[in-house]
Amino acid sequence: MKNSVSALVVGFIFSVGLGISGMTQPQKVFGFLDIFGNWDPSLIFVMIGAIIVHFIAFRIIKKNQKPLFSNHWHVPTKNEITPALIIGSTLFGIGWGLGGYCPGPAIVSLASSEIRPIIFVISMICGMYLFKILDSKYKYKR
Amino acid sequence: MQQDWINALVGGLIIGFAVSLMLYLNGRITGISGIIYGALNVPKNDMRWRFFFVAGLFFGGIFLKMYKPDLFSGGLSTNMWTVVIAGLLVGFGTVLGSGCTSGHGVCGISRLSPRSLIATILFISVGVVSVFIFKRIGIL
Repeated sequence: MKNSVSALVVGFIFSVGLGISGMTQPQKVFGFLDIFGNWDPSLIFVMIGAIIVHFIAFRIIKKNQKPLFSNHWHVPTKNEITPALIIGSTLFGIGWGLGGYCPGPAIVSLASSEIRPIIFVISMICGMYLFKILDSKYKYKR
Repeated sequence: MQQDWINALVGGLIIGFAVSLMLYLNGRITGISGIIYGALNVPKNDMRWRFFFVAGLFFGGIFLKMYKPDLFSGGLSTNMWTVVIAGLLVGFGTVLGSGCTSGHGVCGISRLSPRSLIATILFISVGVVSVFIFKRIGIL
């Protein structure tokens, strides 16, 4: 239960951060990606800000034996560059450029009571299901 | 313009704090696509926190909508097919590529993970090329 409450709190804080940063406005994302047009580089500061904090915090936190509410760390350790990583990130980049939403801001925008984020999130979950079906058949090495 | 930069930085610092809190408390990375995909996929005992996390995102959205509704302005394309295809690509691509802007772009890069560095460079540069092309052919 502690795990779930902390996830709820983190989700809320994360969501507020996304909203303040501008990531929930697809037009800003298009502006960020439109380097060859009317470029608006402001969103690069979202990544810079988040990475500065987490780069430092990660190193301090990982000195602990284990997390507060779990018996071990769940941090990925894979290092191999796989075709799935390359193809998946490419497809994501196309979708991000087309829609202006990455997964987090899409979920946050469900609260805007507009129809388009709802359609986007349903399609996104369908895309994940499609992967799940194909993966159970072909067992992709991710 | 300058205000946009400050907002982006403040939002980013808050995101960095949230992601660090998740690591400290639950020992997990905050990768949104992975959390959602896991909720479709994994054994029951690993489900609940995922739904709570998504609920937190949603409640955060309601909070933002109440206090600053213009944070949701500048919406998606009005063409529904564009929205559907974008959603499918984002859903399929993030799971195949093991992460999105949060998991690779924030958590992975902070860990100096080579996989995340490559994924992030790729999805941003492909996004740049996509917007260039979609604008030329009149989709955006």
